[in-house]
Amino acid sequence: MANLKVRITFPEDKIREPIIYNTGKNYKVVTNIRRADVTEKTGWVDLELVGDTDEIERAVEGMKAAGVKVDPIERNIIE
Amino acid sequence: MDKIKGLFCKECKKPYPAEAIHVCEFCFGPLEVAYNYEVIQKNISKEKIMQGPLSLWRYADLLPVESQPTVGLNTGFTPFVHAKNLGKQLGLDYLYLKNDSVNAPTLSFKDRVVAVALTRARELGFDTVACASTGNLANSVSANAAEANFKCFVFIPADLEAGKILGNLVYKPNVVAVEGTYDDVNRLCSEIAGEYPWAFVNINVRPYYSEGSKTLAFETAEALGWQAPDHVVVPIASGSLLTKIYKGFHEFERLNLIPSVTTQIHGAQAEGCSPVATAFKKKKDFIQPVKPDTIAKSLAIGNPADGFYAIKIAQETGGLIESVSDTEIIEGIKLLAENEGIFTETAGGVTIAVLKKLANQGVFQKNKSVVAYITGNGLKTQEAIAPAVGAPWHIQPNLKSFQNTLQKEGK
Repeated sequence: MANLKVRITFPEDKIREPIIYNTGKNYKVVTNIRRADVTEKTGWVDLELVGDTDEIERAVEGMKAAGVKVDPIERNIIE
Repeated sequence: MDKIKGLFCKECKKPYPAEAIHVCEFCFGPLEVAYNYEVIQKNISKEKIMQGPLSLWRYADLLPVESQPTVGLNTGFTPFVHAKNLGKQLGLDYLYLKNDSVNAPTLSFKDRVVAVALTRARELGFDTVACASTGNLANSVSANAAEANFKCFVFIPADLEAGKILGNLVYKPNVVAVEGTYDDVNRLCSEIAGEYPWAFVNINVRPYYSEGSKTLAFETAEALGWQAPDHVVVPIASGSLLTKIYKGFHEFERLNLIPSVTTQIHGAQAEGCSPVATAFKKKKDFIQPVKPDTIAKSLAIGNPADGFYAIKIAQETGGLIESVSDTEIIEGIKLLAENEGIFTETAGGVTIAVLKKLANQGVFQKNKSVVAYITGNGLKTQEAIAPAVGAPWHIQPNLKSFQNTLQKEGK
């Protein structure tokens, strides 16, 4: 089992969508929220994804396709 | 007792051992070095610092290394310039520039953080160092790794300009050009950092790496006769530099090396990548990530990890975070060069342009001390300034031609 730590940022038009719920439902990954700040307009979630590597990859692609920004937990690494 | 207590989470405060780790396993917050200030207090003094090496290592008591420094022995202690010409233009009697555009060995403030990161990496037993970078960081890691005999991996986006790639290849690291979008490259590097037993300077040794920036504050306070300035203007990329300059002044204060600190800390961003300035102006602590579009590539961090902390510090100290256009950045570079003879890169242009903006807004009183941090060298970003600096006068090889041209140009 692998795990991936990511920072998900919600744009305003996606804040009402149950993207994390859908990720756990549509892919064989366990989603585990560690820290978050979500308001009615925007928000971010620090999330752990646990599962097989390929399934985590698919889950990340799925979240991106759903319209949220998915970054490594460190956010920008390239300096 | 050691001066390094360990690491702790900046969010939930959970303690960790002083190893190559950077994220809290509980809340995923960033880790920071915890010091035993009582131990440091017993060892540190102004006299000891002043007798120390003419490098950032004169402040070794406040840096996260346990043994003698092994990397960057000539780094830091850069010129601290009383900018009288520029100050006159901006109506400031005590304008100072901390000139890291001539830092050693690679002409940017990154030499400070890399010196600390690589010294710590050696202490932790690493033989390979790595980074992901489009410029100054790669230069510094490559050069310092060459001198310190580390194996070195540098990851760059495949579409990086040829000149910048050359500036890394010359030190003979392993340069890996990654195809894909910026986000793809970014994520791959995070995964590689988790996979290989390397010291990835701005990932798993970031808690130590970032501490190197404090030395800019230490050198400033020492150069001002052991006091903190009234104002500083700091460029913001990830936001880490601004937070560490604040930390540096407050550590000196805590250790009774300087009187009470009242420094107002101001941040500078380019409009084309200003997530921190935007959040600050909207009075929000939520940073909305942006896609950078600016000539200030060394500040082009669209989702800055320390932006939240930078905003808090600006608010706490009564500072402002401003942004400037690419045109103003070019003007800033020229203003600094023409008045002070310092050729800075685009990040320095951002700093000077914001300094000017704040001065014009009346933020600084004439008799207050203001320090602007010049973090990189203009020779690295010549393409940005090329269209704006004019051209030489072309003359024939005779005196008459020269005299005619002088007359024509009104000189």
